[in-house]
Amino acid sequence: MSMFEQLTNRDQVFEFLAPAASPVDVRHGPILYLEDVNVSFDGFKAINNLNLTIDDGELRCIIGPNGAGKTTMMDIITGKTRPDTGSVWFGSRHNLLTMNEPDIASLGIGRKFQKPTVFEALTVFENLELAMATDKRIFPTLTAIMKPEYRDRIDEVLEMIKLKTLRDKPAGILSHGQKQWLEIGMLLMQKPRLLLVDEPVAGMTEQEMERTAELLTSLAGKQSVVVVEHDMGFVRSIARKVTVLHQGSVLAEGTMDQVSNDREVIKVYLGEEA
Amino acid sequence: MASSQTWLLRPLQERSTQIFLGVLFSALIVVTFLHLFMPQDSALHVSAYTVTLLGKYLCYALLAVAVDLVWGYLGILSLGHGAFFALGGYAMGMYLMRQIGDRGTYGDPVLPDFMVFLNWDTLPWYWQGFDMAWFAFIMVLLAPGLLALVFGFLAFRSRVTGVYLSIITQALTFALMLAFFRNEMGFGGNNGLTDFRDILGFNLRTDATRLGLFIATGIALAIGYLICRGIVTSKLGRVSVACRDAEARTRFLGYRVERVQLFVFVVSAMLAGVAGALYVPQVGIINPSEFSPLFSIEIVVWVALGGRATLYGAVIGAILVNYAKTVFTGVMPDAWLFALGALFVLVTVFLPKGIAGLLQKRRKAKDDDPATGQEATA
Repeated sequence: MSMFEQLTNRDQVFEFLAPAASPVDVRHGPILYLEDVNVSFDGFKAINNLNLTIDDGELRCIIGPNGAGKTTMMDIITGKTRPDTGSVWFGSRHNLLTMNEPDIASLGIGRKFQKPTVFEALTVFENLELAMATDKRIFPTLTAIMKPEYRDRIDEVLEMIKLKTLRDKPAGILSHGQKQWLEIGMLLMQKPRLLLVDEPVAGMTEQEMERTAELLTSLAGKQSVVVVEHDMGFVRSIARKVTVLHQGSVLAEGTMDQVSNDREVIKVYLGEEA
Repeated sequence: MASSQTWLLRPLQERSTQIFLGVLFSALIVVTFLHLFMPQDSALHVSAYTVTLLGKYLCYALLAVAVDLVWGYLGILSLGHGAFFALGGYAMGMYLMRQIGDRGTYGDPVLPDFMVFLNWDTLPWYWQGFDMAWFAFIMVLLAPGLLALVFGFLAFRSRVTGVYLSIITQALTFALMLAFFRNEMGFGGNNGLTDFRDILGFNLRTDATRLGLFIATGIALAIGYLICRGIVTSKLGRVSVACRDAEARTRFLGYRVERVQLFVFVVSAMLAGVAGALYVPQVGIINPSEFSPLFSIEIVVWVALGGRATLYGAVIGAILVNYAKTVFTGVMPDAWLFALGALFVLVTVFLPKGIAGLLQKRRKAKDDDPATGQEATA
């Protein structure tokens, strides 16, 4: 084939010319790939040569003592913090370091904050409505109407997070646990490929915790879920694979049993608890 | 309640909008009737002076609605909305100046009096086109809109919010005031623009024109209210509230917070411009004092008194405070500012949600049957 024909072949586009909104490429397995990431704040190394790979559909728990860099890692993935060096890829096509927060969100990375943040002045239903994966530009939002299929989708999620009876109440009156679920529900409305969940059971009762574990495990497989959590009992109940962070880098990785028998881990983390 | 109407017409189905528009149009009709058909010496007669005064209140009401849109629903406390109001006013003032033609003191067919006085021999480029009403009316929207666009773009892109934004809006209006005070700017310096004669061919000094302007202002307020209400009841309105209460969260949902802020801010600035444009022919003058930071703060006080994030509260606040101002400055001119301050303190302490909050409470208490009555206290 002549050079000319190759260049004018219109069936294919060069990778770098493909629009950024192209689907996430997970043919090679990992959905999230962090390599040699470094971040320092005023000389303090929050993230130190971090390498992490999350597979498509995986449920991963990340544990580590306070200040291990768990939240900073989430900030980097969602575009809130820019690393000093390193690379962060979503699938094998999207370089997250070149994108801003809304772009990353619309690409399919949803984040749940440590402290539940829901829109307190809006109703539970409206909270979910805003989170829905739709056209988020100004004019489509201004002229948006509530279609029956949207309503069904919201009701479906309300069922999952057990807030159906509180549908039209302002989110401000919800209990702490209910707010956490609402926030997980909001993430589900976005139909994300990857869910980042920061301390979902902090301040929850035993019962609420069980319900949350059920919810998160039911999500895995359809979505990839990364859970950052302190509560070891909770991690044990949901985790298949656990990553231990310490001082901004990965200390150990494996099943809960492997990790909790690791001598290094016992020293820096579990040792303090015993 | 599936409503398939456009965002602009949707509010017409709401009870509060129906009541608001009903009250507004009844007031317009009653005032018109009392002005036209009551004999001059009757106690019920509304004089042309009062009609113009009411028209002025309605301009302020529209301005307050514009401020409530950005403050109440978007959480942007603009202390510079007077600037947009004044720019709209100046655009209208320039049109009215050009309408004077050769009837000015110096009789120059093109140049306004103050330019002749300053020995200018040609009309500055930015005065071109203002002899045409359509051009001037477009500028009424465009001048404040463009300023808001540029200012908002820079401020929101840099994520300036909260008290810092309030301070720069103050600086904006103050800077414009100083600029417009200068004769070299070509806007009449500290005297501003005045001695208007007619608008669209109608003599501004006749009672009929004044009544027409009053009615036009009422209609503008109704339309402005509908636009704002349409925005706040749309999904975009809920996104605005989301930006107000949890900006970072909204961003992670995939909304471009700065664009939402910019859009609403520009709409609000344009409404303020329209209010200013209707204000100028009724009071007969526009000068740089409308840019004064104090005026912009006063607008915020009207909205706070009336009740934030309700829109109709802003209207009530603007009309009540300005009525009180008219009465007070007539009776004891020196005491007005103290009275305003006292009013503000009293309302903040006893009615944190303003007058509208009081109305809502009453309605809620009436609506609640005993079974759900406990929620009314929440």
